[in-house]
Amino acid sequence: MSDQFPEFPALPVDIALTEGRYPESEAEQIPELHEVDCPDDLREQIEALMARYPEKNSASIPALWAVQRRYGWCTPEGIRQAAAVMRVTPAYLESVASFYDLLRTEPAGEHQVLVCTNISCWMRGGDEMLDAFCEAAGCDREAAGHGGAISEDGKVFVSGFECLGACDLAPMASINERYYGPLEPADAAEAVRQLREGEPVLEEKGLWHRRLAGDSSAGDDS
Amino acid sequence: MIKETRVLLANADDPKLRTLEGYRSYGGYKALEKAYREMEVDELLRELDESGLRGRGGAGFPTGKKASFLPRGDMAKYLCCNADESEPGAFKDRELMQKNPHQLIEGIAVTALAAGAKHAFIFIRGEYDQQADILDEAVAEAYEAGYLGKDILGSKWDLELVVHRGAGAYICGEETALLDALEGKRGNPRLKPPFPAVQGLYGGPTLINNVETLSNVPHIVNNGAEWFKSLGTEQSPGTKVVSISGCVQRPGNYEVELGLPIRSLIWDLAGGPLPGRQIKAFYPGGSSSPVLTPDDLDRPYSFESMAEAGSMLGSGSIIVADDTISIPHMALRTARFYRHESCGKCTPCREGTSWTVKMLERVVRGEATPMDLDIIASVQSNIMGRCLCVLGDAMAMPVSSMVNKFREEFEEVIASAAAEGLTSEPHEVVQSPLAVEVANG
Repeated sequence: MSDQFPEFPALPVDIALTEGRYPESEAEQIPELHEVDCPDDLREQIEALMARYPEKNSASIPALWAVQRRYGWCTPEGIRQAAAVMRVTPAYLESVASFYDLLRTEPAGEHQVLVCTNISCWMRGGDEMLDAFCEAAGCDREAAGHGGAISEDGKVFVSGFECLGACDLAPMASINERYYGPLEPADAAEAVRQLREGEPVLEEKGLWHRRLAGDSSAGDDS
Repeated sequence: MIKETRVLLANADDPKLRTLEGYRSYGGYKALEKAYREMEVDELLRELDESGLRGRGGAGFPTGKKASFLPRGDMAKYLCCNADESEPGAFKDRELMQKNPHQLIEGIAVTALAAGAKHAFIFIRGEYDQQADILDEAVAEAYEAGYLGKDILGSKWDLELVVHRGAGAYICGEETALLDALEGKRGNPRLKPPFPAVQGLYGGPTLINNVETLSNVPHIVNNGAEWFKSLGTEQSPGTKVVSISGCVQRPGNYEVELGLPIRSLIWDLAGGPLPGRQIKAFYPGGSSSPVLTPDDLDRPYSFESMAEAGSMLGSGSIIVADDTISIPHMALRTARFYRHESCGKCTPCREGTSWTVKMLERVVRGEATPMDLDIIASVQSNIMGRCLCVLGDAMAMPVSSMVNKFREEFEEVIASAAAEGLTSEPHEVVQSPLAVEVANG
């Protein structure tokens, strides 16, 4: 063992930090299945997720994803249903849901537009793209920059977002969990119209069309 | 004119490569067959160690050494692939998983054998939904072909691989926070020691490696440690997928041997700055690396050379800022990111990131005095090394480098913003108790 990795086999993990967060500690708060009216397919889905892991609690994030996919966001009822299936307290699942940016504990729109405003996108017009999406969808720009805003018709949720890991597409956005870029402000109106009319979105700007940068024909040395 | 050396990204633009059949047609899964049929665990570990492969996730720790820290013997051990790529500027793992998922799966299967792990997880950031779908499909194919599951290739060795989607938290890229998230909790970092190699996932010894690191493993097993060392520099062997973004003509992922001059990466590969612009600064290793200036452009791009320059190679993400970019605004954008992503567990990070943002906001609004710049610098030095993980340091390092290297520009921005009375948004003037304390020494 090197100096960097001294051997401490006997040291326990920090009990103060782990025990207080035990999800089964208050058993009386765990709802029974018959109390929560959990749809069978959701229950089966969560049970299948739990079976994938050596310990069932690992399924908490995937289970919350399942709840969100079904109800549009992590509704209090959905969380209680998942908690009843997983045999954990709803408070525990809520504490998990509230930690992660993508799990929503408030109503979200039917379609989600996350616009990257981090360094590389900001340099190439990420803020202007967020402006354009807000204008196109009719969302409050201030709220969109601080956690997200829903359009009046409830169809489109627009949010400025931290780096989405696609700086090569800058400025870019994740629309219904698919990446598009590089975008121009005019694309925002088009994308919002397509979302509202249920059409495929900005097909030519999808990440999956993109070849390696070194192979793209744009280069002067290729 | 330098060229790419494609090992990990070879044939990446062939859509067939995503399928098991296509991957095999390019020689895929030969390393897995060799490792499971012909090699001893010690031999595998030695090969990894001798190759000198260093972790590609940011810290650059030798991979073979890390694997050898796991205790031997029969117990529940785990391998986690860190695919929570969330550092601003980094997007290499996304490309690797999207274009060549089987290379990663093969690397995981071989490394799991070396580490003695029977359970492996790919912790992929929640935003990479499409890449997670691609991985799910590839994993199902690998199970079908007998490369995963029970008794792999008749070796009596089992391996279960689960693709686990995160849900949007930069902190989960920190290895112990990743373990908490994988155990189903909020992603808070843990106190170290014990290190994950001793006590990690579910309390068992756990090896955690980045996507690119694991993707290198099949090539090392196939071609040998000597071949790997023939690429790159002595201390940074192999190739590296470098993500170049920001103010360049062709942002993207380029795979090169380590040790090439940064200037040639930016000009020959990424096309150089936009027409008529000059490079002012660049982050050499993602947003958490201290920024460098044009004086550093001729340095070789390697772990050791970036450390010598007072920065780091990190995840290998170069973000270029040109002369149209305001450095104080860039510092603010950087600090805001870390404020948002701080998990809030350690006070220096939670408070330090928050106050740094407030002070930088004063700078760009013209409310600050030059003395505030000293306070910003001193807050940064009070964050570094004082938290459970390095998220706070990841803000402190670039911000203090910007204040140090571009102090004049900070002063100019304060003066010009004050002169214009620039108040773009309504705000409150904040008095920092911390700042008062620092100022009084």
